[in-house]
Amino acid sequence: MTDPRPKGPGLWARLARSRPTKPGEIYGVPGQGNTFWLSVASVLALLALWWLVTALGLVKPLFVPSPQSVLAKFGQIWREGFTNTSFMDHVLISTARVFGAFVLACAIGLPLGLAMGMSPLIRGIFDPPIEFYRPIPPLAYLPLMIIWFGIGETSKVLLIFLSIFAPIVLGARSGVKSAAIEQIHAAYSFGATRWQVMRHVILPSAMPEILTAMRVGVGFGWTTLVAAEMVAATKGLGYMVLSASQFLQTSVVIMGIFVIATIAFAFDLMMRFLERRLVPCR
Amino acid sequence: MSLKIDHVSVIYPAADGRPPVAALSDINLDIQEGEFVVALGASGCGKSTLLNLIAGFLSPTSGGLTLDGRMVTGPGADRAVVFQKHALLPWLNVIDNVAFGLQIQGVPKQARNRTANEFIGLLGLDGFQRSPVYKLSGGMQQRVGIARALTCDPKILLMDEPLGALDALTREKAQELILKIWGETRKSVFFITHSVEEALFMGTKLIVMSPRPGRITHVFDLPFSRQFQSGTPARQVKASHEFIALREEVLNIIFADEEAVE
Repeated sequence: MTDPRPKGPGLWARLARSRPTKPGEIYGVPGQGNTFWLSVASVLALLALWWLVTALGLVKPLFVPSPQSVLAKFGQIWREGFTNTSFMDHVLISTARVFGAFVLACAIGLPLGLAMGMSPLIRGIFDPPIEFYRPIPPLAYLPLMIIWFGIGETSKVLLIFLSIFAPIVLGARSGVKSAAIEQIHAAYSFGATRWQVMRHVILPSAMPEILTAMRVGVGFGWTTLVAAEMVAATKGLGYMVLSASQFLQTSVVIMGIFVIATIAFAFDLMMRFLERRLVPCR
Repeated sequence: MSLKIDHVSVIYPAADGRPPVAALSDINLDIQEGEFVVALGASGCGKSTLLNLIAGFLSPTSGGLTLDGRMVTGPGADRAVVFQKHALLPWLNVIDNVAFGLQIQGVPKQARNRTANEFIGLLGLDGFQRSPVYKLSGGMQQRVGIARALTCDPKILLMDEPLGALDALTREKAQELILKIWGETRKSVFFITHSVEEALFMGTKLIVMSPRPGRITHVFDLPFSRQFQSGTPARQVKASHEFIALREEVLNIIFADEEAVE
């Protein structure tokens, strides 16, 4: 027996094949289209799934506490603090550690990376140590930091600094290559010095890569924060999450994760704003 | 203004197991005030090497270049370069791009914008001062590049296939515009092109170059750009018997070179 209806393309064929675009769009651009509402829907769906799973009692609150209880915990810690320290103090100390390390890494890493891109001498000297330590997990050299610099702020900030430093150096270094040779020649033909070429041509064209490296770097910083606050910390979001996990306070763990994510996301939005202002041609 | 190229040779060192390459061999060329010298030749004939020498990006293996009696030892604002593409700074708008050379030389903002505006007007870019350059068409971008080169009042303009990336119609308009500006500013020009017609139409002097080793094989004095400047329309100049005859002669030379390579 045959099906009398004409057979349209199957789901797979429709996904795999390109359709002509509507006027005003460009045919074949990979991944074009606005995703804002889809992203909102995705977040809402995940929250709903979380709520559903806990409301139906499918998972014990010890493993996955309900959204309401996490929110309640947040309210409680906001009012009463956690381990005798106010919530804002936890947030501020962690933010200060990460952004202190970030500012330091930018202040040293950006000039060093640019210099490595510009000068074979500097590249030859600094490439081996940076490439040596870059792939090592911060947790592996945390003990060394503690042996060398003690258990105070120095070793914590230094550990975060190191995790941010490498991506920033690498970004700045490879950004140097973004300038077209014609742009550089044009500047020299107006009598520019090497410094002027650096300042007016190489730095601005490296900007997109530098900003991306800064975004990646600060992400590494938050990743390393928890490791840095593992030892001898009495304050901080990483400390809060770690000590809560030792007492199986899962809702505090999840809350801490959300707080870190929110701060990191806010910073990322700021960086994207900066990127639009500084490199509109992208 | 007088640029003298005196017995200049450039030999690129051996690389990748290939023997050294004589990019330029015993080049002699004088460019005088107000001359429009066009270099034409098969690929690999050393046109761009010659331009890089004049710009000061490259030093000759032997021989020397002098500009008004002074040795050329490096790039300088007295020799402005117009590139084929990718030479504008996309993070700056039109006026800042045009004023870039003056900014490098430390001219204060107000003064450099005044000069830049003058050349923006000359190149027909008025009204686009604040536009970002990456949104302009190819032809307009090239005009920005020419305006930028002119702002520093160079003694000679070096143009490295400036119209090579433009479509045919825009290209012919740009040729006429460059001749108009050359007529108004009386700059000397050294102009590289792949187009025989463009070369004949624009230059007052044509040098035809041949590869292996790169050398000047023929020099022609050209009347056509002056005909255009004294009022003959471009199409009529390019359709004249004289123009066509010379075009065929030059094409024969260049095709002979291309075949010799293969």
